[in-house]
Amino acid sequence: MSLLELDDVSVTYRIAAGELPAVRGVSLSLDAGAALGVAGESGSGKSTLAMALLRLLPKDARVGGRILLDGEDVLAMKWGRLRAVRWAAASIVFQGAQHGLNPVRRIGDQIAEPLLVHGLAKPDAARARVAELLEQVGLPAWRARSYPHELSGGQRQRVMIAMALACSPRLIIADEPTTALDVMVQAQVLTLIKELVAEHGISLIMISHDLSVLADVCDQLAVMYAGRVVEHGPSGEVFHEARHPYSRALAAAFPTVGDPVSRMAPKGLGGDPPDPMQLPGGCAFHPRCPVALDECASLDVALWPSGPGRTAACVHVKAAESVGVAGAEEEGS
Amino acid sequence: MTTPLEAAEPAAIQAAGPGDERPTYRGMLRYALSKAGGALFSIAMVLVGTFFVFRLLPGDPVRNLAQGRNMTPAQLDLERRRLGLDKPLLDQFIDFVGDTLRLDLGTSYEYKRPVLDLIGERLGPTLLLAGTGLVIAVSLGIWQGTRAGWRHGSRFDRFSTGTSLLLWSVPTFWLGLLLMMVFGVGIGPIPGILPFRGIESVDAPDGFAYLLDVGSHMVLPCLTLVAVVYAQYLLIMRSSLVEEISQDYVTVARAKGLRDDDVRRHHAVPNALLPTVTLVFMRVGFVVGGAVTVETIFTWPGLGQLFYQAISVPDFTLMQGTFMLITVAVIVMNTLADVVYHILDPRVRSA
Repeated sequence: MSLLELDDVSVTYRIAAGELPAVRGVSLSLDAGAALGVAGESGSGKSTLAMALLRLLPKDARVGGRILLDGEDVLAMKWGRLRAVRWAAASIVFQGAQHGLNPVRRIGDQIAEPLLVHGLAKPDAARARVAELLEQVGLPAWRARSYPHELSGGQRQRVMIAMALACSPRLIIADEPTTALDVMVQAQVLTLIKELVAEHGISLIMISHDLSVLADVCDQLAVMYAGRVVEHGPSGEVFHEARHPYSRALAAAFPTVGDPVSRMAPKGLGGDPPDPMQLPGGCAFHPRCPVALDECASLDVALWPSGPGRTAACVHVKAAESVGVAGAEEEGS
Repeated sequence: MTTPLEAAEPAAIQAAGPGDERPTYRGMLRYALSKAGGALFSIAMVLVGTFFVFRLLPGDPVRNLAQGRNMTPAQLDLERRRLGLDKPLLDQFIDFVGDTLRLDLGTSYEYKRPVLDLIGERLGPTLLLAGTGLVIAVSLGIWQGTRAGWRHGSRFDRFSTGTSLLLWSVPTFWLGLLLMMVFGVGIGPIPGILPFRGIESVDAPDGFAYLLDVGSHMVLPCLTLVAVVYAQYLLIMRSSLVEEISQDYVTVARAKGLRDDDVRRHHAVPNALLPTVTLVFMRVGFVVGGAVTVETIFTWPGLGQLFYQAISVPDFTLMQGTFMLITVAVIVMNTLADVVYHILDPRVRSA
């Protein structure tokens, strides 16, 4: 059984102007020990989706569908049960470089806090565990007495990772863990996450706008646009031969290091993500799509198989695969 | 695949490289001393300001003291000489500074008694009234501000913020007189239930009953004092809490499985309190000055009332004494606020 299963999850914010759909029917699953990357521009709903997993969204957000963590629906949990699951079963790595750490408390106390809250350790044992965790993320144990502002951005991010590991969770949700770090530190932090996750057999959901980062760390990739998954599949394939035009644009937005051709000709994507209050009819991506057809303005294509273990929501994929499937059937008969 | 330890090593060296950044308490002491130096300079300036500004006030003290009595110009001159007002201004100032440094604040023109004694008598009642008022106002403001900010936009928020703002915009003397009329004098057939003059009854009993007597005298002035000032604590606490709530570390705390109350108590409030602490310390300084208006309305025998009486003479020495006490208290408290803030906020500490 998969560790995490999202079944038709939707998130709607009720705001003054009406209802704002941030996530619209996302279904994904994650096996124990696997790593899933969720990519998309800002406003694609990827962070909202991540926060919904532990019901951390503000009160004005309504979450629909089912979020099964180890077979138990997070959305149906009672408050006490939810608190027990938080951090102990699934923890989150935020952008520690920014404001993820409480500025007036020592980092040792912040790392030990979930251990004490969940009754997993007495204060003395928690202190020892903090030293052990800091060592695991490559920080000296005396750093436990430091305050967040005394650390560099990369060190703070390491603290965030140590904190996420504290209760030995089965799932870690990393929300833009390397944003706002410089490239060298970014690579160090990514390596660290990759190794710790593999070593402890922890499942990982990583959220980022950077497809290359996700392809590096994750086995599976899901590309989100306007609150929906538009392409899903093994990360290498999605990154290198994306089937959805949006995934292609996202993959091309980051030049390959050492490849002058890609640097000289960066392929950006014109326009802005759509206003969730006024989504275009048909395929939400069609106004920005370089290969849009007339029918895209009215036809909303669902995720369609686009290869072994892959799906994509594009009319071109549907057309190609339908022909392929039909052709194969004809040949077989 | 490399082991985590290998990958971690360069980072560990790098992390320990820039040296031990743990807070040094010597730096703290140096900070406190430099602040104290600044405070001493301010107090010196106050000394100068006090003397000259009050000499600019209109009114001749000798003439006012002689009011109603028939005095010859020769008698007035004699009185001036007795008070030292015949000397050149600079000589007067030098005398004033010398005496002040010896803690001799002079003799009141009006009361014919040492100013220091007068202040000593009045300090107790003032600290009692204004201190109690401050404690209540700060607690009420922080408590309501925290509740309002944590659930901003709620009915409680709208009600408490609205009420406090309304009371804040009310003039102190008007509210004081209103409370006095309603609860002190009584309206129509309803008798007044609380005393509103002075600090104790004429026939004050002894022991515990005396405390009750003073307590009942305190209710109305205290209520006035609290009502008009608690809004500032509420508002500053509320707005800084609202700001903290949207920070990531609060979401992290919730994600850790903390109860809502613990998220508020252990994470959001300690951060939101910082601006409030500064404000409270600044107000503590003013406590010494009492509340001139409230003390005057309720004839509370405190420093505020003394200051008010001194201005109406004008009783130079008494004014100088009380004014200096108030300003020095404010300066000392501001300095203390800086130091305390330094201790509370680790970010300021290392800056």
